Amino acid sequence: MEKIVLPEIENFHQIDVYIENDGYKSVKKAFGQSRDDIIDQVKRSGLRGRGGAAFSAGLKWSFMPKTDDKPKYLCVNGDESEPGSFKDRQIFEFNPHQMIEGTLITCYAIGAKTAYVYIRGEYHKWIKLLQKALDDAYDKGFVGEKMKETFGTDFYCDIYIHKGAGAYICGEESSLMNSIEGQRGYPRVKPPFPAQNGLWGNPTTINNVETITNVPKIIEKGWEWFAGIGEPKHPGTILFGVSGHVNKPGVYELPSGTLLTDIIYKYAGGVPGDKKILCVIPGGSSMPPLRGEKLEGVKMDAESLREVGSAIGTGGIMVMDEDTDLVKVLARITHFYHHESCGQCTPCREGTGWMEKVIKRILRGEGSTSDLDLLISIATNIEGNTVCALGEAAAWPVRFMITRFRDYFEERVSKQINLPVMNKVHSMRNTAFPVADITK
Amino acid sequence: MFKFSEENLEKIKQEFKKYPVKKPVVMKALYIGQEQNGYISGEVIQEVAALLEITPEEVLGVVTFYTMYHQKPMGKFHVQVCTNVSCMLRGGYEIWDQVKERLGIDNMEVTDDSRFSLEEVECMGSCGTAPMIAVNEDYYENLSKEKVEEILDSLKNTN
Repeated sequence: MEKIVLPEIENFHQIDVYIENDGYKSVKKAFGQSRDDIIDQVKRSGLRGRGGAAFSAGLKWSFMPKTDDKPKYLCVNGDESEPGSFKDRQIFEFNPHQMIEGTLITCYAIGAKTAYVYIRGEYHKWIKLLQKALDDAYDKGFVGEKMKETFGTDFYCDIYIHKGAGAYICGEESSLMNSIEGQRGYPRVKPPFPAQNGLWGNPTTINNVETITNVPKIIEKGWEWFAGIGEPKHPGTILFGVSGHVNKPGVYELPSGTLLTDIIYKYAGGVPGDKKILCVIPGGSSMPPLRGEKLEGVKMDAESLREVGSAIGTGGIMVMDEDTDLVKVLARITHFYHHESCGQCTPCREGTGWMEKVIKRILRGEGSTSDLDLLISIATNIEGNTVCALGEAAAWPVRFMITRFRDYFEERVSKQINLPVMNKVHSMRNTAFPVADITK
Repeated sequence: MFKFSEENLEKIKQEFKKYPVKKPVVMKALYIGQEQNGYISGEVIQEVAALLEITPEEVLGVVTFYTMYHQKPMGKFHVQVCTNVSCMLRGGYEIWDQVKERLGIDNMEVTDDSRFSLEEVECMGSCGTAPMIAVNEDYYENLSKEKVEEILDSLKNTN
């Protein structure tokens, strides 16, 4: 199978090797076509965002206004902070030039003169690697004002790296824009959407690093070719990052729709000690988990996963064997979302904290059956009541883990409810704070 | 009184070229200030604010939002241990306990000789090479207890 995003060519990250392998030819080809043509091709190719929402990339681009009265921007999202996701760093390290070329084509298609590649602050090494690649591309005249000469066009654009500083939420597109603007990374209320009101109030498009890296190949080989790979409704290859209890964890580029069991057993070498699988989270820690005995026939693409009640997310597959303590896993996940909640919306800020407290109570062996219902109640009260999707990201693992592994959690909370504190509150209400007589 | 060195001032000026306004440089300027001063002090905040023509409160807002800015001096070697799910499944907490015991400090504490500080960090993107620790800017991946001992030994002997 041909690899699109991470081809197995030695030293492909070096600009000379990249050029030898027809690098920076797609961008030249793109400049020979109209902007609308490019958007149309990407739309037809069926390329869907690889950052979590799996939204059509071409459609997203088409939301950008056609007029040039305001500056337009492209943000390439390399924040990659979702636990279980570690694919973008492979692109920065092994195929940075294809990402740069994809950025150039996207800028041309949407009419942006400036692109910011947002990379999480912890990725010092990968920021340096991408900066080296960018410097080389600038030197050769593929990026910046020299592009005009190199490609013989009127169009040129600049690409800059913006380094984050440790905040999961900055992977959310509007939060990412606030972070680039030099503010706290608070997500913005939508609408207005970024295509109307993005960076500094100007039209902006945000795409994931992996999405962008696919673009040059679509232009080079045509949308029909791309649309024919993998599942028709979510075509192309996907970088699957397999972690946890497998013999060969790592990133595997495979056609969409590859069987989850094939990824785990064939590519990632199966589970150490041939243990059974208890639970798999198929798309990064915020996605609904699947039970180990229900993995047969599950295909890895957005539509198929939706049918089995999960989502593709960032393609980060976390495998847990039969000896895993799921309560501990859920406590760790909830701690993460509590820590990363930006604090803007009350349901998320408070709810994530309460979920963590209740799960830790269960972990200490002090939980009761009603705690499970309490957790589901908190989770459902967060979902849909927040500015951004971190609310769902925090609520889903709790709600789905408990409903799908109810038997497992019931065993851990055998004690019945005994809350003297609760009774105390009730008695106080009746004595110290009598209900006001509203008839007077 | 904290002042940016000439060299660092030049670095910050270079950053201005990337953006239509000055404010976005705040993140980079804070990194540079942290490196020069060792941590983000009130004076660093004042200096950054003056340079970018924004209020110190705006700068403080950024400092407190992001986890990689420290408002107190950290050790020469800032050891970060990931304990998030993928690392946890492969022994992240064992390594966390090991490092904690070996250094004799807890989360966000500094050793008496100021050489080491410790932080329990969230997912660093090393899930496929878990468990991991990071020391300052460098990642150490695919760790075992022995490898962690080796790393800490070598740091102990580094000046």
